[in-house]
Amino acid sequence: MDKHNEHLENLSEIRSLMERSSRFISLSGLSGVIAGIFAIMGSMAAYWYLGSHAVSEEVKAYYDNATTATGEINLDFYIFFFTDAFLVLIASLLAGTILTIRASKKKNHPTWGPTAKRLIINITIPLVSGGLFCLVLLYHGLVGLVAPATLVFYGLALLNASKYTLDDIRYLGICEIVLGLISSVYIGYGLIFWTIGFGLLHIIYGLVMYNKYEK
Amino acid sequence: MKNYIGDLNKAFESRIRLGIMSILMVNSWVDFGTMKEMLEITDGNLASHITALEKMDYVEVKKQFVGKKPNTSYSITKQGKKAFSEHLDALENLLKKRS
Repeated sequence: MDKHNEHLENLSEIRSLMERSSRFISLSGLSGVIAGIFAIMGSMAAYWYLGSHAVSEEVKAYYDNATTATGEINLDFYIFFFTDAFLVLIASLLAGTILTIRASKKKNHPTWGPTAKRLIINITIPLVSGGLFCLVLLYHGLVGLVAPATLVFYGLALLNASKYTLDDIRYLGICEIVLGLISSVYIGYGLIFWTIGFGLLHIIYGLVMYNKYEK
Repeated sequence: MKNYIGDLNKAFESRIRLGIMSILMVNSWVDFGTMKEMLEITDGNLASHITALEKMDYVEVKKQFVGKKPNTSYSITKQGKKAFSEHLDALENLLKKRS
């Protein structure tokens, strides 16, 4: 019977080592919460901008502001939204990196290693493709589809990343994809869906992860 | 009845060797430091086990310089993969038979 237990133990140790050596597991849950808060702040700024800079009284959807009343491209609109989204992205990445380094130090895991590198590469490929695709959408004047496309591509990036980090991120990815697809039908509400996807979902996910792994 | 115990590979009897092979099964190249951290063992201990696996042609060694520091990485060979898979199958079969 002793031999039996020893074999069982060996097998479970093999499984754990394979898992630990191939996945990056110190992703901080709190960084999700903070990214969510930044995203909500970003969309509040967007609402403020739309409230005070609307090109005309009768615009229905936020992206109608992309062109002026005379049909020209509203450069101001593009500059504002790009800066807004860019700031949210940078702030979230920064906070995420700092908190993740802290979390892995606490658990005595190495932060920068082959697993982290693999995670970053595999999250970057779908994200960059998504970004380029959004530029193409803008090029064709399909401004209303940009917000849904960012959600779908971000979801796909997370789904891809789930193979290289904690499995749970997979469900966040699926939620983002579903949300993105729904919002591509109701394109006038992209900003609201964006707030839910990048704000609310991140906060919920972050809290769940924090409770599960870091408490 | 088949004797599954005979299928177990003597080379993988030590826990450390099991660990080394497990890590190399799922990673293409792993350097000495990462391996040591993951297995939580001493330099000498790791080196002697890896040398043993290398002699059996289960593990391949690559030495190079990263900046001025020498860096040694390890990878599993085809034979190593095959032998380890067979060892795992044998372990599983043993467990199945018992339960």
